[in-house]
Amino acid sequence: MKTINLDHISANPILPEVKEAMIAAIQMDYANPSSQHTRGEQAAADLEKARESVAKLINCDNPKEVVFTSCGTESINHAIKGVALANAQKGKHIVTTNIEHNAVIRSLRRLKSMGYTLTSVSVDEKGRVNPRDIAEAIKDDTILVSVMHSNNETGTIQPIAEIGKIVRGKGVIFHTDAVDSVGVVPIDVQKLNVDLLSFASNPFYGPTGVGGLYIRRGCQVWPLLDGGIQENNKRAGTENLIGIIGMGVASDLARRHMTERIAHSAKLKKKLLDELPEYIDEYIINTHPEFSLPHMVSMSVRYIEGESVVLMLDDDGIAVSTRSACATGSLRASHVLLSIGLDHADAQGTMVMSFGLDNAEEDVTAFLTALKNVVTTLRNISPLYKKAINNQNKQLSG
Amino acid sequence: MYNKTVMDHFRNPRNVGIIEDANGVGEVGNPLCGDMMTIYLDIKDEKINDIKFQTFGCGSAIAVSSMLTELAKGKTLAEAKKITNKDVADALEGLPKNKLHCSNLGADALQVAIKNYEDKKAGKIQPELKRKEEHEHSHGEKCYCPYCDVEIQDDAKFCEACHSEIKAGH
Repeated sequence: MKTINLDHISANPILPEVKEAMIAAIQMDYANPSSQHTRGEQAAADLEKARESVAKLINCDNPKEVVFTSCGTESINHAIKGVALANAQKGKHIVTTNIEHNAVIRSLRRLKSMGYTLTSVSVDEKGRVNPRDIAEAIKDDTILVSVMHSNNETGTIQPIAEIGKIVRGKGVIFHTDAVDSVGVVPIDVQKLNVDLLSFASNPFYGPTGVGGLYIRRGCQVWPLLDGGIQENNKRAGTENLIGIIGMGVASDLARRHMTERIAHSAKLKKKLLDELPEYIDEYIINTHPEFSLPHMVSMSVRYIEGESVVLMLDDDGIAVSTRSACATGSLRASHVLLSIGLDHADAQGTMVMSFGLDNAEEDVTAFLTALKNVVTTLRNISPLYKKAINNQNKQLSG
Repeated sequence: MYNKTVMDHFRNPRNVGIIEDANGVGEVGNPLCGDMMTIYLDIKDEKINDIKFQTFGCGSAIAVSSMLTELAKGKTLAEAKKITNKDVADALEGLPKNKLHCSNLGADALQVAIKNYEDKKAGKIQPELKRKEEHEHSHGEKCYCPYCDVEIQDDAKFCEACHSEIKAGH
């Protein structure tokens, strides 16, 4: 049975050119890039080559502003905790939004337990934050604002450039979690007005286990990992050179092919959204109609629960993702979905489809066909659906 | 994630549906947790003649509902009252640790349905039925965070280590 992957937001395949480069890197048996001998210098040169590729992808002034990390979560922890600790004398107030990823939320919670204060700004019912609300939340003792670029549950993109202009204009450090955006949509750290930007390699078909943090020159931020002098003294630890080389190659490919990749995904996304009403009813699209990742659709199907949908589609060879409480292990509805006004029951029926290079139009059709059966089956089991039907009938006859 | 028995009951759930003239109905759970279950009973001569379920929930929840109805069908009320959440989980040959809370639905709903039948028989007015929250120490004397296994206080609502909220009945 052919398997159809519509869960690219969770994991992407690694591109053949990237695999090739990484296998070659393994065979190189690199010396330590910090070593003084010729072999060490060669390793260092290849490390810097990868850094330049990544720097070009996000348009840094200087490649040294790119710090390699092990993942997006590490980048976020580094940015948030690093700024908080480095600037504690100036103040201890941090501003964020109510739709951030757990890496942001839990880092901030950790800081809160250490005496920092937080203000969380709400998004509107379409999932976007108003830059004016961020401006109003900034106080004299605010040292950091952190707003995510694109959301991994809804796909909605925030007005980062506008927010950055305001935040930096007030002399406050601005970080954005751009883990699902870098390499997927054009990201220019100059245009975005950011001091720190977290990203990861897998969203643009590089290996997992490698990420990056852009740190604008001069930004006051402590390292997360203390130790040796790697990454220009910003992130200690012998580098994951094989992974970093993979990320470098993936960066070049992303830059070169971004426009066509976006067009490819957008076409599939449009097909799904246009044809969906022919297959199922009673659903809510959570993704912003205008400002969203081109390859992602977040949808809440009413009266049924997300994990059961994922399992049944899996039986049909189709992989999608869900944000239901049971599936994420959080035992409650997603804070992101509640923040855009979904009620708890509808939030549990949320599924996320995300397209990739390996998808084609027939995948959309196969998905919709399978989905129709799954939804019918699960609604037949669901007490909520029966209640809704009864209410409808009462209204019609009443 | 799930073993063969659980997947079988999920893919081919037994006794899905409604009993129109059920003489015992039990509804537990709520969409806030993502689990809701209704059990319909047709009781004759103090025996469960027929039983059907409706469930809004994950793979575990549906499998638990299905297995529960299999365990209860044909039993006397006295026997059915003895069915516990653990019995259902054991019959399914185990559920993942973080899914055990789903198994709480099944037996609870059955007991609520039986009580509904008995109350109706006795002419009692049904009070608001609340879902039981039992704190069963299935893991010895100590309490552990269900997410990161760090030892926590008995009544802890929040784990300091991994910053997860602890629900009652962990």
